[in-house]
Amino acid sequence: MKRTPLFSAHVRAGARMVPFGGWEMPVQYRGIVEEHRTVRAAVGCFDVSHMGEFEVEGPAALPELQRLTTNDVAALEIGQVQYSLLCHPQGGIVDDLTVYRLAADRFMVTVNAGNIDKDWTHVTSHGGAARWRNASGTTGLVAVQGPRAEALVGRLADADVTRIGYYRFMQGKVAGVRTLISRTGYTGEDGFELYVDAGDAERLWTALLEAGRGDGVAPIGLGARDTLRLEMRYALYGNDIDDTTNPLEAGLGWIVKPAKGEFLGRQAIEQVRATGPARKLVGLEMTERSVPRHGYPVVKDGTTTGIVTSGSYGPSVDRYIALAYVGSAHAAVGAELGVEIRGQVKAARVVKTPFHPSRVKKG
Amino acid sequence: MANVPPDLKYTREHEWAKREGGRVRVGITAFAQEQLGDVVFVELPKVGTRVRASQTFGVVESVKAVSDLFAPVSGEVVEVNANLTQKPETVNQDPYGDGWMLLVQPADAGEWDQLLTAAQYEQLIAEGGH
Repeated sequence: MKRTPLFSAHVRAGARMVPFGGWEMPVQYRGIVEEHRTVRAAVGCFDVSHMGEFEVEGPAALPELQRLTTNDVAALEIGQVQYSLLCHPQGGIVDDLTVYRLAADRFMVTVNAGNIDKDWTHVTSHGGAARWRNASGTTGLVAVQGPRAEALVGRLADADVTRIGYYRFMQGKVAGVRTLISRTGYTGEDGFELYVDAGDAERLWTALLEAGRGDGVAPIGLGARDTLRLEMRYALYGNDIDDTTNPLEAGLGWIVKPAKGEFLGRQAIEQVRATGPARKLVGLEMTERSVPRHGYPVVKDGTTTGIVTSGSYGPSVDRYIALAYVGSAHAAVGAELGVEIRGQVKAARVVKTPFHPSRVKKG
Repeated sequence: MANVPPDLKYTREHEWAKREGGRVRVGITAFAQEQLGDVVFVELPKVGTRVRASQTFGVVESVKAVSDLFAPVSGEVVEVNANLTQKPETVNQDPYGDGWMLLVQPADAGEWDQLLTAAQYEQLIAEGGH
């Protein structure tokens, strides 16, 4: 089991450590619901150092990323971040990722922890002309999320972080540590993701928790990270999307840009677009009290029409909510469906997403 | 160490049982709710249901986990804690009090003696709870 540079800090803080994608990670410190509310109301710090980072550079970097990812990398300015996908030629999703343009011909991509090896094989076997470097093992990553994140990070930074727009980044120092300060996150709140050298991660982590005391800062585990992202309908790789799901059925058509030219999976995805996906990922709200969970069948009039991919109690919406693939005929908002829970069908309804309003900094 | 009231009896699955006159009140222990984390859903049987000792009578769910509830004694459910439907977190806040789950009219008085004493239950959780 792998450990992040902050492992000891988590244990000292009394975190409950669990296996996650080959890593030993904190699932909670004081309690998932309390941590969830801390992020919505104040500010929380997440250790997401388990995520992977690849750097790619050279004159071939841009064309290679254009071929490997679904979004239009050419539209990305230096200092800008883009959400994107790696797809198989058959259209299935290898991973979802963020692409950072560090310079005209230099990029960083951030990938899911459980997919680092798979993604590395994918990009280096389908690419090869550009220079790739796997920086996952030497990079620490701390997410600072919540309405007081800007004040907290701003207090410790040597640069004016208020000038960083959503999905933009800058280089600077935070708590004296060289940091790539990215205005991104996975919670639906304003906030930052701070990339540092692994050896500096604990210094940054400690400084954030000290400096944020007056803001009500707390360390946040993966449990709350999951409920926060679920309320925003952000996909979780391995739950909602995987090698067998295509971007259009997952509702990720907005990051697929066929107009940019050829890329892996383009033809397969365009075929799905022509006919329309057979199933769609929708938001469900239980209208009968019960907790929907990953793998539970979704039924309509006694027939299975889909499957729950993520489900939980949503602390901010105070409802039992889920993401589920359902037959496209039943995917409209308002559709009345059921979720089979321990052999009993409990009523559910397709609802608009996000379940909870986004408060990320726009513009 | 989790609170284990000396006047209650316990199951190996972390339910407590309390004699009240001829009836038995049932809930889950402080240790159990700590292990579960935030309880977000409790499913209990209807009044009149017959439960059997060591058999499941319901489900408690935290954000991350689903756990079966096991009856300490056999008998008829004469009352259920309906407040837990709207406020499942009561199980975390007051597991031995307002977080109770069932009141059972026992069918077999002999089963009481099969349950763990507080000392035996403390031993069980000291060994990791399994």
